[in-house]
Amino acid sequence: MTIIEEPPAVPMSKAGNPIGFGRMLRKEDARFVRGHGNYVDDVKLPGMLYGAFLRSTFAHAKIISIDTSAAEAHPKVKAVITGKTLESLGLAWMPTMSYDTQAVMATDKVRFQGQEVAFVVAEDKYSARDALELIEVEYEELPPVMDAKRAMDAGAPIIRDDKEGKTDNHIFDWEAGDQAKCDEVFANADVIVKQDMLYPRCHPAPMETCGSVAHMDKITGKLILWCNTQAPHAHRTVYALVAGLPEQKIQVIAPDIGGGFGNKVPIYPGYVLSIVGSIVTGKPVKWMEDRSENLMSTGFARDYHMQGEIAATKEGKILGLRVNVLADHGAFNATAQPTNYPAGFFHIFTGSYDYGAAHCKVTGVYTNKAPGGVAYACSFRVTEAVYLVERIVDCLADELKMDPAALRMQNLLRPEQFPYITPTGWEYDSGDYPATLKMAMEIAGYDDLRKEQAEKRAKGEFMGIGLSFFTEGVGAGPRKHMDILGLGMADGAELRIHPTGKAQLRLSVQTQGQGHETTFAQIVSHELGIPPEDVEVIHGDTDNTPFGLGTYGSRSTPVSGAAAAVVARKVRDRAKIVAAAALECSVDDLEWELGRFFVKGDHEKGKTIQEIAMAAHSTLELPEGVEGHLDGTTVYNPPNLTYPYGAYICVVDVDPLTGTVKVRRFIAVDDCGPRINPMIVEGQVHGGLVDGIGMALMEVIAFDPQGNNLGASFMDYLLPTAMECPSFELGATYTPSPHHPLGMKGIGESATVGSPAAVVNAVIDALKPYGIRHADMPFTPAQVWRTVQGRPLRMDMAIE
Amino acid sequence: MQTPPPFEYERATSVTHALQLLERHGPEARLLAGGHSMLPMMKLRLARPELLIDINDLVEELNYIRIEGDELCIGAMARHADVLNSALVGEHFKILHDAERVVADPIVRNRGTVGGSLGQADPSEDLSAAFAAIHANVIVTNSSGKRSVSSRDFSTGMYETVCGPAEMITEVRIAIRPGSGSSYHKVERRIGDWAVAAAGACVWMKGDTVTDVGIGVTAVGAAHHCSPEAEAVLRGNVVTDELIEAAGAAVSANCNPQADQRGPEDYKRHLAGELTKRALRTAIARSKGQA
Amino acid sequence: MKVNITVNGEVRSADIEARHLLVHVLRDELDLTGTHWGCDTSNCGTCVVWMDGEPVKSCTVLGVMADGRTVDTVEGLEKGGVLDPVQQGFIECHGLQCGFCTPGMMMTARWLLDHNPNPSEAEIREAISGQICRCTGYDGIVKSIQWAAAHPAIEGASA
Repeated sequence: MTIIEEPPAVPMSKAGNPIGFGRMLRKEDARFVRGHGNYVDDVKLPGMLYGAFLRSTFAHAKIISIDTSAAEAHPKVKAVITGKTLESLGLAWMPTMSYDTQAVMATDKVRFQGQEVAFVVAEDKYSARDALELIEVEYEELPPVMDAKRAMDAGAPIIRDDKEGKTDNHIFDWEAGDQAKCDEVFANADVIVKQDMLYPRCHPAPMETCGSVAHMDKITGKLILWCNTQAPHAHRTVYALVAGLPEQKIQVIAPDIGGGFGNKVPIYPGYVLSIVGSIVTGKPVKWMEDRSENLMSTGFARDYHMQGEIAATKEGKILGLRVNVLADHGAFNATAQPTNYPAGFFHIFTGSYDYGAAHCKVTGVYTNKAPGGVAYACSFRVTEAVYLVERIVDCLADELKMDPAALRMQNLLRPEQFPYITPTGWEYDSGDYPATLKMAMEIAGYDDLRKEQAEKRAKGEFMGIGLSFFTEGVGAGPRKHMDILGLGMADGAELRIHPTGKAQLRLSVQTQGQGHETTFAQIVSHELGIPPEDVEVIHGDTDNTPFGLGTYGSRSTPVSGAAAAVVARKVRDRAKIVAAAALECSVDDLEWELGRFFVKGDHEKGKTIQEIAMAAHSTLELPEGVEGHLDGTTVYNPPNLTYPYGAYICVVDVDPLTGTVKVRRFIAVDDCGPRINPMIVEGQVHGGLVDGIGMALMEVIAFDPQGNNLGASFMDYLLPTAMECPSFELGATYTPSPHHPLGMKGIGESATVGSPAAVVNAVIDALKPYGIRHADMPFTPAQVWRTVQGRPLRMDMAIE
Repeated sequence: MQTPPPFEYERATSVTHALQLLERHGPEARLLAGGHSMLPMMKLRLARPELLIDINDLVEELNYIRIEGDELCIGAMARHADVLNSALVGEHFKILHDAERVVADPIVRNRGTVGGSLGQADPSEDLSAAFAAIHANVIVTNSSGKRSVSSRDFSTGMYETVCGPAEMITEVRIAIRPGSGSSYHKVERRIGDWAVAAAGACVWMKGDTVTDVGIGVTAVGAAHHCSPEAEAVLRGNVVTDELIEAAGAAVSANCNPQADQRGPEDYKRHLAGELTKRALRTAIARSKGQA
Repeated sequence: MKVNITVNGEVRSADIEARHLLVHVLRDELDLTGTHWGCDTSNCGTCVVWMDGEPVKSCTVLGVMADGRTVDTVEGLEKGGVLDPVQQGFIECHGLQCGFCTPGMMMTARWLLDHNPNPSEAEIREAISGQICRCTGYDGIVKSIQWAAAHPAIEGASA
């Protein structure tokens, strides 16, 4: 069931907020607009010291010696810690989220430029940086592996010689789908189109870099770690498991976070070193990355070399898709994804179309680049998958000389096919894809755009129209299929109803700007009729919130949003019993309306949720077996992923003589099910659309053959400004997920996932008169020009 | 966050005072104007001056834009934003508005100065090309007096200028001649980035004949940020499309771009020519009061 | 070195090294943590404050350069318990998500509207083009500034 119309308005509270869902201004903004946010770098403790890393200048080198004596003699330096120090504590290596090991600080050799080599703790951050210059490291340079395509060559330098018996740079091979069936489909297809494409390495680059403040109290043994992590509970447990610290004495506090986008999911050496620094010095220790450290050493995204092949009939019916991927995981396999999914959810690459067979093979390799492979506002490699399928569908349209919108419309899954099991095993929950594409085309004025394009082409002007239709899988678990380091992906929620009817909701997920303090209050409001201003949302402090896996992969609404609804319903069930006692009737006689139980047939006779809350705390005699109060707890284990989807259309103007691209329009129609707060949903979409513009046109971390990172500052790693972005044109359809208590599907990453392909397709479409079918992003002016010349650049390497 | 190494700091109260401080402290003393070139280099610890001489108090002496005789005079401490917002500049040399609009970003332009940009002598710097096109002169002052240096000769290489350790840029002067039109075209990977390539053109026209011309280019390894070869193609001739094409080709043929992440050598070479042609067309139109 | 800086209308003194960046002086010495830091290369604009009435990137200004001058930060936008229209606009139009770039964006917006009370969308976009936001796609920021332009003096507004 897809609803095109906007949902009806709900009653408003006295403060003017919707009691339930609807546009509501954000509760958190009051502090942010006053400059009163509390980010990790704002944390200042008495006697606090400052840590800074010395990092490797080489991509691959043996460490011969490290002389820290001059740094230690610096009058303001309190400690210098090296890999050797950590080795003695058994902390030189730590597990990654992919069950690999990662050096906390290098001991034997450095494996990427920017790797942590020594950590200075000093009285102030300027002195800490001064002391770094006093450390002398003698390296013996080794040849680096900078091109994933050469990583498996015979004789390639072995990066992970720390692993016993390791004789190559191979990490894993992984497959999904039915290869035999796929081969059969391809053998009988009229048309096969094959295309190599690179989704280059990029970086989430939140405005706030990663950082932490560790305070180990020697007397109580309590460790408090302020850290801008997207997953505070998971971090706490990993510290306990890895460092042997007692978990009940670890408190992780994630304060306000200046953007995450996946960058702040992993545990980084800096967090560990702030803890070690605090243990060594007995003082609180703060560590904040500089921007280059952020870009050079923390979780990158993508870096997938993909080859796709699509099979179709000559009439344009897609029959099958097969993909080979070479995945560059850097020096340590630290990809953040559920355990059983070494390529994340890449096998959702079949996209939004109906066809019989698909197969993919992914090979992961080590290179001398930073570890990571985090999602960049993308649920575990879905962006790579969507890019692959949406790009190759355009290649097929080019081959068949068909309009790319018509080809998509012809092959989109139909509403009656849901729930739909994809050829690689995903169970899509619900959707009316053609309705959503149609809406996007109407907003865009698609037919008129094509006419305008034809007129422009006749005049020698190059306008491009790019489409993408994406389906995401978000909201991991269920726990039996999905875990991170053995921790099942299910999330808790606790709801306390105070005697006056005001509520506190405690969550495991952690906002990095998504507005949880507002939207989760709206969920409770929707379920209980308590005005959202009366619901305080508490998150980001492991001592005060229930366990859960955190916010990434668009999990918050699909998992914790469901938990909030479920716990509110538990509270409502209990409130019904209390109301029955107070009204001296049977629970079966009661009926619920927003915020109130009343006696069936006697609407006047009832109790509001606030009255019930007071009654629950009063001297009222409660039925046998019913405890007092209304508070509830729950753990939500999602039965399946949710599958938000959308149709995007991007319009660009390209100047082939200079290579410049101007994004003129961007239309995005998203279906994430019912929307809690349309204002916030639209904000999430806006941010993601700019990610797509950035990745398609400018964002890339390339390396030169010596291993130098060529995207190590905001001068080199370019992010879009307001000037590169148009005003966005959004639309919405509302198809509920049948298995989520509120029907909601999540929206945090949709636009990042869907937009890059739309922009790239638009650029390629503009260049169609030159006979161009594909070139790799980012389409910097140089890449556009070289593409027109028929000699596109390899964007992941130094330009020569 | 990156932090600069330690240094001493003094505020100059006058140009004379600034020069005295430079003389007293030798080559390890550096002037601090807007700071937007110097401080990032110091944060990376690539520059380690022992003394920074803050000349931001020298507003009256060095921050002005005015006409003296038949010259437009821009004080060294004129901020980029001042030049961009100056109607006087726009009246005579639209190229400077074009160029200033693409120097860094609006906030940086509030601090960065004309003298600071020239003094940094970055090979991709915009004003050097614009000044080359309009044949500007840079006034260099030392304790014994002033000298005027053609802006084309001011930079002697990457991050190097004719300024001695006890000298400072105090002014830029540009002769105003009738019949001129000027323009600057830049391609950048993104707003605020350094140029992939950029070209400025200034023409002095008599009817359809180019009586004089200046072509300035940046970021493509052109000696002196200019293209005398292209100027020779144009000077004294009646403007035609073919002539403009030839001028663009001359720029492409005579620059020496280096490949980097902004683009390969062939693209930059092509782009320098393409932008020259565009700058010329706009400049010619402007000389006729169009555009 | 001892410096006296008039911050948000109040003379504040600090004993600092010459090399201390203004952003650090504000945050670490004067406890004004509303001004944020985001990069080392003057590209992100998270640290924008006003010095002598003009927006500057405080990561690229030395604290000593502000000695004897005025500095205005986000903490000074609210006057007499009333939010500046720019602050109110950012709330009304979802001009912020994580809030990290917000103080710098608002300082630039206030300056723009002081000098150009009715800016076009293009002028707004250009004014904030030296500042990066990763959350909003700039859409909400542009609308927030337009809201503030349309509501130049609101009485008794608060969040």
